[in-house]
Amino acid sequence: MILLTRKADFSAAHFYWNDSWTEAENYRVFGKCANRQGHGHNYTLEVTVEGNVDPTSGFVVDLKQLKDILEREVVSVYDHRHLNHEVPEFKTAVPTTENIAIAIWRRLAGKIPNAKLYRVRVYEMPDLFADFYGEGA
Amino acid sequence: MNGTVAHLNRRYHFAASHRLHIDALSPERNREIFGKCNNPFGHGHNYVVQVTFSGPVDAATGMVTNLADLDSFAQREMLDHFDHANLNTLEYFLDLVPSTENLCLELWRIFAEYPHAKLERIRVEETGNNAFDYFGNGAKIKHQE
Repeated sequence: MILLTRKADFSAAHFYWNDSWTEAENYRVFGKCANRQGHGHNYTLEVTVEGNVDPTSGFVVDLKQLKDILEREVVSVYDHRHLNHEVPEFKTAVPTTENIAIAIWRRLAGKIPNAKLYRVRVYEMPDLFADFYGEGA
Repeated sequence: MNGTVAHLNRRYHFAASHRLHIDALSPERNREIFGKCNNPFGHGHNYVVQVTFSGPVDAATGMVTNLADLDSFAQREMLDHFDHANLNTLEYFLDLVPSTENLCLELWRIFAEYPHAKLERIRVEETGNNAFDYFGNGAKIKHQE
């Protein structure tokens, strides 16, 4: 079994807000992240898959194919978008780094031929990142 | 995304000096074991501490733990003591070599007290080429070089 990791980048805007709370409560919990005008980050996505090395190709997965899947399923939806306003899963979930990692896992699950998702890692910035290992992990 | 478990990683930076030396051993033996790390006046590093916590993602906040809480804990419990300090003068290292392995163990002890999420890993990068990981009780220290 080999783990293979592919990176992708996207830049997006977001803010943190819980509609069931007052404005004061939102600012108390989320601080400056609650600014309704939003702010943005250069996110880095690392997707790790596990699989066996194909004896013919020597690949776990075709990297070009994986790149295309990341582009289609994630980057084309998230890049240069406002996550709260333009990405459906964040109509209800706060677009924290944790929830972005979970949402990307759910977008990719079952979409990568011949390999199993092992980890989705999302960097909001170099010193802050979240990992998701799947629903049961 | 209610209650689903995710891992949150946060990196902190501090600069500190240390000297690797064991009083009970001869100067020659110290030199043999620790090399230039045994130089008498010590030396320093820009340390990076990467902490990993796991927990259910809170449905209301979308968070494993509020970063402001974790940052203030790290400031109070770690950075206030370690940053711009001589590690050998800290209580924990008065009788213990302040190797990065031992630093990992002490930082595990500190961050394990954080009340809002479960500590999974402490990684300390002593330089860009040295990193040490500790996963808790009894687990092996992993050394990457």
